[in-house]
Amino acid sequence: MWITLRRSLVLHKAITGSVQAGHGRWSAVLRWFSVSCGTNQTDRPHVGIVGSGPAGFYTAQQILKSHGDAVVDVYERLPVPFGLARFGIAPDHPETKNCINQFTTTALSNRCSFIGNVNVGKDVKLDELLQAYDAVILCYGAEDDRTFGIPGEHLQGVYSARAFVGWYNGLPANSNLEPDVSAETAVILGQGNVTLDVARILLSPIERLEKTDICEHALEVLKKSQVQTVYIVGRRGPLQVSFTIKELREMTKLEGCKAVFDPVDFRTIQDKLPSIPRPRKRLTELMCKTALDESTSQNASIKKWSLKFQRSPLQLLAEAGGEKISRVRFEVNDLVEQSDGSVQAYGTGVHEDLPCGLVFRSIGYKSIPIDDRVPFDRRKGVIPNINGRVVITSSTDESGKDVSLIPGLYCSGWVRNGPIGVIATTMNDAFQTGELVVQDIKSGTIKTTGPTKGFELIGSLLHSRGVKPVFFDQWRKIDQIEQERGSELGKPREKIISVQEMLDIAYKQNGS
Amino acid sequence: MAGTSSSKAKEKREMVTVNFIDRDGDKMTVNAKVGDSLLDVAKDNDVDLEGACEGTLSCSTCHLIFKPDEMETLKLDEPSDEELDMLDLAYGLEDTSRLGCQIMVAKTFEGITVSVPKAHRDIRDL
Repeated sequence: MWITLRRSLVLHKAITGSVQAGHGRWSAVLRWFSVSCGTNQTDRPHVGIVGSGPAGFYTAQQILKSHGDAVVDVYERLPVPFGLARFGIAPDHPETKNCINQFTTTALSNRCSFIGNVNVGKDVKLDELLQAYDAVILCYGAEDDRTFGIPGEHLQGVYSARAFVGWYNGLPANSNLEPDVSAETAVILGQGNVTLDVARILLSPIERLEKTDICEHALEVLKKSQVQTVYIVGRRGPLQVSFTIKELREMTKLEGCKAVFDPVDFRTIQDKLPSIPRPRKRLTELMCKTALDESTSQNASIKKWSLKFQRSPLQLLAEAGGEKISRVRFEVNDLVEQSDGSVQAYGTGVHEDLPCGLVFRSIGYKSIPIDDRVPFDRRKGVIPNINGRVVITSSTDESGKDVSLIPGLYCSGWVRNGPIGVIATTMNDAFQTGELVVQDIKSGTIKTTGPTKGFELIGSLLHSRGVKPVFFDQWRKIDQIEQERGSELGKPREKIISVQEMLDIAYKQNGS
Repeated sequence: MAGTSSSKAKEKREMVTVNFIDRDGDKMTVNAKVGDSLLDVAKDNDVDLEGACEGTLSCSTCHLIFKPDEMETLKLDEPSDEELDMLDLAYGLEDTSRLGCQIMVAKTFEGITVSVPKAHRDIRDL
């Protein structure tokens, strides 16, 4: 009933809709015709994807490409699609967000549906998805962040880098963060790309940010920022940093800001350069050049940033009797190369305090289990899997031999591999997972489900539970309003941060 | 893609033949317009090559591998630091790796073969 109503609505919209919105609507209509009149719907493989970020959409893309009949439904907890492509990629990296155009093309395919505002695990259980779909692929990423578990992490002025990113990027859950940027010195703990994103946003001239799709509420706060110095601190050395060279190069070129590194950290490393393999080599060369190049230190910039190494935070401290961060106590580390070639940090017992008024914790993201049906490796923070096929591993057997597959259940992206790599990494992973799912469908490894399939089944379940999905056409209304609001402010987009407002726009009837 | 071929044929720009070997190892021989980027050529001919950032030097998804001997004869311009930065993050990097969006087709490209790198883990090995 629900699905029939929905399709009638789509058809009606397609007939009355404007020309520029035509493609998406016609493809929805084509799907309606092909599903209703063409191939018997129950013959088609139905694949459900949980999560609409890069992992979800690249996996969907591969399945649609490799299987000419498969129907793919992409579920998303929020009313809006694209996950970290919308909420993670920095606002001053609009080029990286171009992948959204490809995801939009995928979503507009007549065999693909975006089904937003549905919280899998809560609104609909994974078991129900497994009953409705021939295959379910978990692509919900890594939404939590790692903590140190040291005293003082909850002091005022201490933030999760992830929450800060969510805040300036308009993630509804972080929209009330209101970070206090009245301090002159900020410390970021951790040396990955999120760290450099946070540093760049803190140190960028405000005019540079005004032209981006950074949220207005963030711009207002950042305009008043007093931050002049950012220390980026890692527990190991320059050869173990996690950030990548593009982000580093960008920081070295940031207007009005200079990189001040301690040459001592780099003199010995420079001698090792010839023996370092390529990706790490060029990155290290750039750090050495920045550290040892006299000319950069002549730059008359007011703002500066610095990499500090071999320091593990022990405690975050407030002034006596206060609740606001005033310094970080570090233990100085020695680095010891292990037999497997990895480098471990060992505390020397020497302590050192770094005064600051703002701290970001940026030591990585981790996934969480969303449904008690999903096995979860809490230690690694990933779903246990063999090449993307979700498995239950016996806890007594570490060799991984004693495993059983959960038929039809897969995972892809960060929830599979941990939060590592750039978009190409996630893309490759998604393509492989998608290919694997299609192979399993074609080989008959996946048992086909009953006669009622896919969203036909889930849609009526959701309806009976009072959950109202947001479809791609409805997202496009939100998208249009965001772009209109952005253009009034001279920026590409002003994101809507209230879920209720997103829903109001999505459900609003045309013409009003 | 479809529908542009007739207008292309009318243009004076020269065409060369270029071979792509896709992710699965299959060879596709396509016509490439001199002056277009290899990413454009791939897109126009439905070669399975992503270009996630749409040719803005912000990702490594249009990574292509040249044959060493052909690369030598082509005498391509050296990659910029920004291109090398992105290649550093690419899967299956080789000495003759380049980003398709940065390589403009020249007349000398006639008959060359470039490969889309296979992803790291080959699922057929499972």
